[in-house]
Amino acid sequence: MNGVKQFNWIGWLVLAALLCLWEYGARSSPKLQYYFPPVSQILYALGQLIISGRIAAHLLATISRFLEGYMLAALLAVSMGVFLGYFRFAYSLLETLIEFLRPMPSVAIVPVAVLALGIGDAMIVAVTIYASVWPMLVNTIDGVRRIEPILIDTARTFGLGRWAILWRVVLPGASPYIVTGLRISLSIALILVTTAEMIAGSRGLGFFILDQERSFNSRNMYAGIIVVAALGYALNRLFLALENKTLRWQRGMVAGGSV
Amino acid sequence: MPILEVQNLSKSYRQLRGESTHAIGNITCQVEAGEFVSFVGPSGCGKTTLLMSIAGLIEPTSGQVIVKGRAVKGPPPDLVLVFQEYNKSLFAWRTILGNVRFGLEARGVRSSRSESRTRDLIELVGLKGFEKHYPWELSGGMQQRVAIARALAYEPEVLLMDEPFGSLDALTRLDLEDTLLRVWAELKTTILFITHDIEEAIYLSDRIWVLSGRPSQIIQELSIDFPRPRNQVETRAEARFMILRNEIYRQIGHAS
Repeated sequence: MNGVKQFNWIGWLVLAALLCLWEYGARSSPKLQYYFPPVSQILYALGQLIISGRIAAHLLATISRFLEGYMLAALLAVSMGVFLGYFRFAYSLLETLIEFLRPMPSVAIVPVAVLALGIGDAMIVAVTIYASVWPMLVNTIDGVRRIEPILIDTARTFGLGRWAILWRVVLPGASPYIVTGLRISLSIALILVTTAEMIAGSRGLGFFILDQERSFNSRNMYAGIIVVAALGYALNRLFLALENKTLRWQRGMVAGGSV
Repeated sequence: MPILEVQNLSKSYRQLRGESTHAIGNITCQVEAGEFVSFVGPSGCGKTTLLMSIAGLIEPTSGQVIVKGRAVKGPPPDLVLVFQEYNKSLFAWRTILGNVRFGLEARGVRSSRSESRTRDLIELVGLKGFEKHYPWELSGGMQQRVAIARALAYEPEVLLMDEPFGSLDALTRLDLEDTLLRVWAELKTTILFITHDIEEAIYLSDRIWVLSGRPSQIIQELSIDFPRPRNQVETRAEARFMILRNEIYRQIGHAS
């Protein structure tokens, strides 16, 4: 595999063609226009929202909730995961609980969170944490368990204690798995933030999208959707860039194998 | 006073089905500082178990190991074990430089000196120019060189080696044997080596203990007094080399 990704012209052309089709379809049928306003008008609305600064407040609210939820979840899941992966007994205590809760669609927890925390930032962040914990937790446990026992024995023969082994061997050794969990949770966290904002909240992109739909302003609604999509895309790119930097050692190992 | 003593060591395992395996019979031996000694024995005779017990990584069923006058309970600070499985024992996320530096870090050495020391060791084991590579980019023989350099960086007084060249091809193996002897002569570390290769044991060692099959016992001790530095061609061509080889071979053959 070569490192530099070629710019995908054809992919962008297909996207542009679809947008043109949309524009054409919307302009040729007023009935359709009600649901699908022309792309040009959506983009215009988006420009207005950006210039007026109206969307910025919502975007910032979403980003800060996302960051808070995602970061706390990562901290919680990785530390718990290392602990549970390393100490088999602790895992056996919680295994059934984890296996039961993990496959449950996380949005089902929203009513519980509303009941317990009301409709505010705390509820949205809590739901985000809950949903994004699972992939990170399960992958971390898996990564820790797959650490080669000889690697642990090597660290022990060099006189490292239990905590030093956790920090300097187990954590870096499990890092490819941990990063996989972090990547999966990235999109889950964004889904949950926007969903929770639709259910409860007076700010945020989720709230904005739903609010505009209810006010029959479909241009603004689509503009909001575009902003969420762009946010997801940007977060993903940012994550990949960080991953590339920190897991450089692993890339070749997977692609090439050993000599 | 010997630097390492093994006193009446024995080890039994309980297996999954409940039967117990008696891996090590009753082993007593002493290693003097600066010596190169080897255990040689048939495959599956409990050599690895013996070395793991000496390294404090597993607890013996009875008996004890004494390093520098102190009984071993857990990995002793003056001793490092080099494993046969070099590909599993290197830190994949560290470069060659980082792997070797780990030995110094584990000792608590963090200074400008550690950088030059790391580079010296890499050069000593013949890996100059590969500092920035990751382990997977190197061949098996080179990976084991990294593992040896890392162990040496820890400056152990005793280096335990569990069939370190067992999974290398014949030529690489000869090459590494000479590297090891050169390093040993320079650093004057005590080396306790395990192998099932009789000739390798003779070529490297000052003394050899021949082990029987399970439960392993020392069935003979041999002193090897070929002059050093030894030479792969000349030393191995000596008549006494063949005599020793045949004697050990017969011992192991009778025992199993």
